[in-house]
Amino acid sequence: MTQNVDEIFERICTLLKPFNKKDIAIGKDTAFSIDLELDSLTVMDMLSEIEDEFDITIPLNMLPDLETVGQFTDAVHKLLSE
Amino acid sequence: MTLDLFEKFDPILNDYNSLPEGAENPFTVSMEKVLSPTTAIINGRETILAGTNNYMGMTFNAECMAAAQKALTDFGTGTTGSRVLNGTYNSHKQLEETLKEFYDCQHAIVFSTGYQANLGVISTLAGPKDYVVIDTDSHASIYDGCAMGNATVVRFKHNDPDNLDKRLNRIRRDDPEAGILVVLEGVYSMLGDQAPLKELTRISKNHNAYVLVDEAHSIGVFGETGRGVAQEQDVEDQIDFIIGTFSKSVGTIGGYCVSNHPKFEALRLVCRPYIFTASLPPSVVASATKALELIASTNLRSKLLDNSMRLNKGLCDVGFNMGTTGESPIAAIVIDDQNTAIAFWGEMIKEGVYVNLALPPATPNRMNLMRCSLSAAHSFAQIDFMLEKFTLVGKRLGILQDKVARIQNLA
Ligand SMILES: Cc1ncc(COP(=O)(O)O)c(C=O)c1O
Repeated sequence: MTQNVDEIFERICTLLKPFNKKDIAIGKDTAFSIDLELDSLTVMDMLSEIEDEFDITIPLNMLPDLETVGQFTDAVHKLLSE
Repeated sequence: MTLDLFEKFDPILNDYNSLPEGAENPFTVSMEKVLSPTTAIINGRETILAGTNNYMGMTFNAECMAAAQKALTDFGTGTTGSRVLNGTYNSHKQLEETLKEFYDCQHAIVFSTGYQANLGVISTLAGPKDYVVIDTDSHASIYDGCAMGNATVVRFKHNDPDNLDKRLNRIRRDDPEAGILVVLEGVYSMLGDQAPLKELTRISKNHNAYVLVDEAHSIGVFGETGRGVAQEQDVEDQIDFIIGTFSKSVGTIGGYCVSNHPKFEALRLVCRPYIFTASLPPSVVASATKALELIASTNLRSKLLDNSMRLNKGLCDVGFNMGTTGESPIAAIVIDDQNTAIAFWGEMIKEGVYVNLALPPATPNRMNLMRCSLSAAHSFAQIDFMLEKFTLVGKRLGILQDKVARIQNLA
């Protein structure tokens, strides 16, 4: 079951809704800390939801490299196709 | 232009500089004199210590002090060496023997702190091809042990067996052969809640994972002979590694890990936080050994939990928003606004009670806590004094309405 990147992006955007307190437009460049103003704890909570949504393991070790929604999407895409 | 290495700390320094000055600043307070396990002189005033982790009041125990003094006289102030280079005395080995007896197990290794025990054991046991699975609310030393190692780190939702099961399922699906270490805490220190070890260990064992339990806040406090929550919940035979500290119930400093794994002693050869730091001074080793004997042979647990229940119930009855239930030695109220929490701390110290201000990210769910960790050495009179001052300050800061107003609001 491989999914294309756009589908994954859409699903991540849906999951992000509750975290998007200021209701900004989300694009692939949207950064969790700067644009969405999420602290590291919230990003970890979100990571957990994305793990369950896609039924994958996203190691905590990857977190420092996942600053934007686009990077997250690519990481999920990669994990799904492994 | 060269970068200022300290620039990144500007936001936190700004917060810090906006704190109240002098006596009311929780980060600069110090004790002029310590009178007993529960009292000290602070700002020239006799103050009740309500947040010490000194669960058994062991710091001034006469037998522990005598043992420490004798060791100081006989063996000097420090070992000036690592456990593997000059730093192992007979007394270090005796302490490890005492731990083995205390836990009725095959192996025990003493570290210089509990923090280093977690750093060392987690980072060393779980290698590059292995997984460490930790609870979201894990202590900083557990997170740091993960960061120091090379294993893949996965988190599960606090105390949630299904959430753990899902994650272990996925790991096993992707990697049937992987070594997996699940790290739990007996008691989570901020809110004093216990891990449901029966379910969590059953799930871990179903997936062939090893289980490590950090009993830092539960040694001495739970279990028939004070071994902790694993003993209390009768799952000791399911647990592969127990980590603990001498810095709380044992009343001094130091950490340890005990296990029945036949190759456990290998850690002494490969565990860097064990090897590359000096061993505990002889006086500390002597008092820890004595305290462990006392914890196994005397039962102060019911007195401790009675104290905690009294304070928890009292705080709840006057209308505070409670973070704790009284089933552990922790009593914590939740305060919505961070500045109010900081002010609360300052008012309490002025009233002669030293409690712990616990703020995010050290707290679960971003709570601001005024947190007490009680001691068996507290008297009911001291507990009632704490309660009186909590109530006074709560009203002064407008957190507690008086009873009449509360009843009117309800009506
Ligand atoms: C769960 C837990 N593990 C480890 C430690 C560290 O113990 P130590 O004070 O011996 O470094 C603490 C103490 O804060 C703790 O709460």
